Amino acid sequence: MSGYWTGILTILAINIIMAYAIFLPVATGQLNLGGAGFQALGAYTAAYLSANYGLTVWTTIPASILVGGAVGVAIALPLLRTKGVYLVLATFALAEVIGGAILNTEALGGAMGMSVPDYVDYPVPMWSALIVTLLCFYLMTTRFGLAMRAAHDDDVVTDLLGVSVRGVRVSAFAIGAALAGLAGALYAHSYSFVESQSFNATLSIYVLLYVLLGGTQTPLGPLVGAVFFTLLPEVLRSVLPEFKGWIATAFGESGSISPPDESWRFVILGVLTVLMMMFRPEGLITRTMVARVHSRFARRRRLVREVTA
Amino acid sequence: MLLLQQLSNGVMLGSVYVTVAVAFTLTIGVLNFLNFTIPTLFMLSGMAAWALTKWGLPFGLSAPLPWPVALLIAIVVTIAASLLVERFTFRYMKTKYGDATEHAIPLVSSLGFLLITENMIRIGYGTDPQRMAAVSWDTTIDLGGILLRVPQLTSLVVAFVIVAGLNWVLKQSRVGRGLRAIAENPDAANILGVDSKRLVPVIFMLTGLLCGLAGILFALNYGEVSPGMGEEIGSKAIAGMVIGGLGSIWGAVLGGLLIGIAEMLTIHFFGADTVQVVVWGLLLLALFVRPQGLLGHHSIGKGKL
Repeated sequence: MSGYWTGILTILAINIIMAYAIFLPVATGQLNLGGAGFQALGAYTAAYLSANYGLTVWTTIPASILVGGAVGVAIALPLLRTKGVYLVLATFALAEVIGGAILNTEALGGAMGMSVPDYVDYPVPMWSALIVTLLCFYLMTTRFGLAMRAAHDDDVVTDLLGVSVRGVRVSAFAIGAALAGLAGALYAHSYSFVESQSFNATLSIYVLLYVLLGGTQTPLGPLVGAVFFTLLPEVLRSVLPEFKGWIATAFGESGSISPPDESWRFVILGVLTVLMMMFRPEGLITRTMVARVHSRFARRRRLVREVTA
Repeated sequence: MLLLQQLSNGVMLGSVYVTVAVAFTLTIGVLNFLNFTIPTLFMLSGMAAWALTKWGLPFGLSAPLPWPVALLIAIVVTIAASLLVERFTFRYMKTKYGDATEHAIPLVSSLGFLLITENMIRIGYGTDPQRMAAVSWDTTIDLGGILLRVPQLTSLVVAFVIVAGLNWVLKQSRVGRGLRAIAENPDAANILGVDSKRLVPVIFMLTGLLCGLAGILFALNYGEVSPGMGEEIGSKAIAGMVIGGLGSIWGAVLGGLLIGIAEMLTIHFFGADTVQVVVWGLLLLALFVRPQGLLGHHSIGKGKL
C-alpha cells in the first residue's frame, strides 16, 4: 500500500478512537469540548516514556491509557457537578490548561515539541480502532450502556430508579478520557513527533462535531461521522483548488496569497453542521433509523426462512 | 511604577475583553445560549476594517476607504452577520422544535458558523497577521510617569459608555423590560404580551454591535488583525464572563477587567507563555469553587439580568 493511503488509514483510526472517546460522555448527556486535552495527555505520556526511558509501544500505550483514565476520573469527580453550558466551558478550559501546561514544561520540550523514537506502522492504529469500536458496541448493549442511555434521556427518573447517575457519568467520562489517551499515544508513535500546538481548540471542536453529526444515540454514529469527515477532504482534493481560486478573486486582489487547503475541510464541516442542526439535530444515524433497517432485514430473513422451509 | 504601568495596561486590555464578555453574557443571560460565533464576529469586524482600509469594497467597487468609513461599514457587516446567525441558529430551532430545544443544538450550530467564517477568511486572506495602518491620533499621554496610549484610553471609555448604555436600556426601556421578561421566563413573557420573535433579533443586533466595536478597537489599538484573533480574545472573554458570573453584565465587566489585569501581571512576573495556563486555570478554579461566578446568580436560564 502506498504511503498516502497508509497515512489516511492512520488518521482514520485515530479519529475513530477519538470519536468514541467523546461519544461515551455525550451518550450520558454531557458535551465534552476538551478532547484535545486528553489526547495531548496520552501523546505526551507516550512520548516522554519512549524518549526518556526507551520503553516500547507495548508499555507506553497502556501507560497512556492509564494516565488518560486516571486524569479523567480525577477531573470528572469535581467537574461533573456542573451541567450544561458550565460543563462545556469547564472541559474547554481544562483542555486549554493542559495545552498551556505542556507548552511551559521544559521536560516536555515546551513549544519545540518532542520526537518519539518508537514508531508504529498503520496496522497497530487500525487494529486498535477495530477493538475500540467493538468494545463500544458491546458496552452499549450491557446494563451499563442502558444506564448511560437512561442518564442521557432523563437523569432525575434514572436516579429515582436506583441507578447512580453520577457514577455512570463519571465512569463514561473516564473511559472516554482513557480512549483519548490511547488515541494520543497512537498519534505520538505514528507521527514520531508531538507538539502541543497540534492539540488545539479546533481539534476538540472538530471531534465533538463529527460525533454529534454522526449521531449520539447509537454507537454506529461516531463511526460514520469519523469515517465520513476523514475521507471527505480526500475525495474532494481535486475539486477544491478550482473553487479556491474563485473565492480568492471574489474577495479582492489576493491572488498572491496562497490559502491553506486545510481550511476547506473546516468550511465544509461547518456548513454541514449548520444544515444538520437545522434538519436533523439528533444526528445522521438515529435509534429509530437503526431499528427500521434492522426490522426490514429481519423480515427478509423471516421470509427467506419461510420460503425455504 | 512599572507595576502600576502594567496594571493600567491590564485595564486597557481588559476593556476589549469587557466588550466581548458583555456580548457573551447578554446572549447567555436572556436566551440561555452560549453563542460561539461571538469570537468570529469580533474577528470579522477587525478583518473587514483592515480589508476596507487596504483595498476598499470587494469586487473593486471603490478605492481604499478612510478608517471612519471603514469602521462604520465593518460594524454594519458584523451586525448583518450576527442577524444571519440568528436566522439560522436560534430562530430556526425555536420555531421548529419549540422550547424542547436543548441549549446544545444552537450551541453546536454556532460552532459550525465559527468554523465557516473563520476558515472562509483564512482562505480569502491567508493565515498570517496583517498590519493595520496606524491612525493619526495614535499618541501617548504621560500621566505622572504612567504612559497611556490614546486609542487604548478611547477603547476603555467606549467600553464603559456602551456597557452603561446597555444597562440603562435593559433597566429602563420597554425593549429592555421585554428582554428581562424573556430571561426570567420565556413562556410567561409570551403570555403577557412580550413579542419574543421581534425581541430576540435585538439581542443579536446588540451582540453584533458590541463585537464590531470591540474588533475595531482591538485593530486600532494593536495595529494588527489575523483570522485567529477571535479565538484568542473570545476565549479570554469567556473566562472573564464565567469568573464574573454568567448572565450578569457588571459581572462580565468585572471579570473582563480581572482577566486583563491577570494577563498583564502574569506577563510581568512569569512571561507571556504562562498566560494561557493562568487565565484558564482561573476559569477552572472559578467553576470548581464558585460556579455562579462573582456577581452571578445560582440558577442559569432563570432570572439573570
